[in-house]
Amino acid sequence: MLKKITNIGDCGITCDFGDEVNKSTNKEVIKLFNFIQQSVNTRKLKGILNYTPSYNKLIINFELGQIKSQEIIEFIKSSDYSKINLTENKKIVEIPICYDEEFALDIKRLETKTKLNFKEIVSKHLETNFFVYMIGFVPGQPFLGDLNKSLYHDRLDTPRIKINKGCVGIVEKFCTIYTFESPGGWNIIGRTPFELFNINKKDTSILSPGDTVKFKSISKKEFGSFKNE
Amino acid sequence: MNNYFKVLRPGINSTFQDLGRFGLQHLGIVASGCMDQLTFCTSNKLVGNKISEGALEFAYQGPLFELIGETVLVAISGKVNFNIIKKNGEIIKGKPNESFLISNGEKIDILSTINSVYGYFSIFGGFKIEEVKGSVSTLVKAKIGPNNGDKLKVGDKIFFNKSHQVDKTNKIQFDFDKDNIIRVMKGLQIHYFSKKSQEDFFSKEYKVTKLTDRMGMRLEGQKLENTVNKNIKSEGITKGSIQVPGDGQPIILLSDHPTIGGYPKIANVITADYDKLVQKTPGTIIKFKLVNLAVAEIAFQDYVRKF
Repeated sequence: MLKKITNIGDCGITCDFGDEVNKSTNKEVIKLFNFIQQSVNTRKLKGILNYTPSYNKLIINFELGQIKSQEIIEFIKSSDYSKINLTENKKIVEIPICYDEEFALDIKRLETKTKLNFKEIVSKHLETNFFVYMIGFVPGQPFLGDLNKSLYHDRLDTPRIKINKGCVGIVEKFCTIYTFESPGGWNIIGRTPFELFNINKKDTSILSPGDTVKFKSISKKEFGSFKNE
Repeated sequence: MNNYFKVLRPGINSTFQDLGRFGLQHLGIVASGCMDQLTFCTSNKLVGNKISEGALEFAYQGPLFELIGETVLVAISGKVNFNIIKKNGEIIKGKPNESFLISNGEKIDILSTINSVYGYFSIFGGFKIEEVKGSVSTLVKAKIGPNNGDKLKVGDKIFFNKSHQVDKTNKIQFDFDKDNIIRVMKGLQIHYFSKKSQEDFFSKEYKVTKLTDRMGMRLEGQKLENTVNKNIKSEGITKGSIQVPGDGQPIILLSDHPTIGGYPKIANVITADYDKLVQKTPGTIIKFKLVNLAVAEIAFQDYVRKF
């Protein structure tokens, strides 16, 4: 449930859905996100610049000369978006992943910590239907959940300076895929050759908030010969 | 005949920008866009373009380039020290905020911004650059935008839309706000900070450090004590948010900010003071003044009147 709406400076509002980070809270966020996106696309709501969902909040930025925060707040409060279809325009995306030891940088530590062997870790990762909670930090980077509880693990004490594009990492109940080479503190368990983000494509980001991700194991050879469309 | 500027020296951080790329933050793409909107729009007004036309933004030292082609009307806005180098080598001191004609073989040498960071270069008819998702803004970090999403490099050719020749120059009286008071509104997590730190933030001086770029401005001053939690659940970020990481030193998130982030925010810079803020050079001492939404909205009315 939408708990409260607060101003962020003079050109943003935040819609707060409470402190819980779980799928049911995030689904509420994405419902409102879908509704705002539809309202912008159908020009029912003007002057909106960006709308950014996260685990438990939706932040809306607007052009101050076009609309005021009070108008957006009233628009949201007077709308019934509870019936918005959450699966409309949402995809199930299969993402190839190679768990070869060359890519699974943190698997040894995970084996020790979780008391599971490599095969068990992989099969628990593969059996999960991941929900896309949010996308961001950098372009196209998805934050997926929830991992099987037995795989929960803390962030690295010392983040790596460089993580390659395509690396798949896990922290706590979340899984992410690095879409750009960057520093990072997630436990790396594999790598995908699949390009999730390409600014020059019509669908810039393969994933959107609310989509579902299922991983598919591929060999190192398949990784090497994989071609992005 | 091909008309273009040949880049002989790119400058420190010269990128094409417009008013920003919107509607994609939920996919991790920040709006970007010009840092100082008023100065940006001024450069377009000077040459008779629509104010949102793409322009070249430079920081500190700008480019040196040579025109190959027919005479064109151009302008440089901001507080900028630049020269026009004639074909015979004669050096003429350029006047910012005044459009001027430049002819084949002449060079423009943008030496530096004066007590400020950003300046803009516009051309009548606009640059011939490709829109990416509805904008010509450049996000270097993710290689998004014209010029392959990159800064200018030596040897680049800057093409422009050839338009019928005009020789009507224009001049705009223009100056930056000289004071160092930045008005802010309370941030979402202001209550994460001790009463004393909240008072400190709105009364003590903060210094702009060298760790400042299009992404953010790191400040140095009285350490802010977080009494609740050094991290929050990652949430969407708004331009001008002032976040405070574990070390207690504030960072103001600027136009190329990450789209989501996990540090508590103590305040947000109001729209009317954003241009003033981004022009502050490292070493400048700034102070924050707390205002409410009504004051920010009135300040915005005064701000848009300058356009």
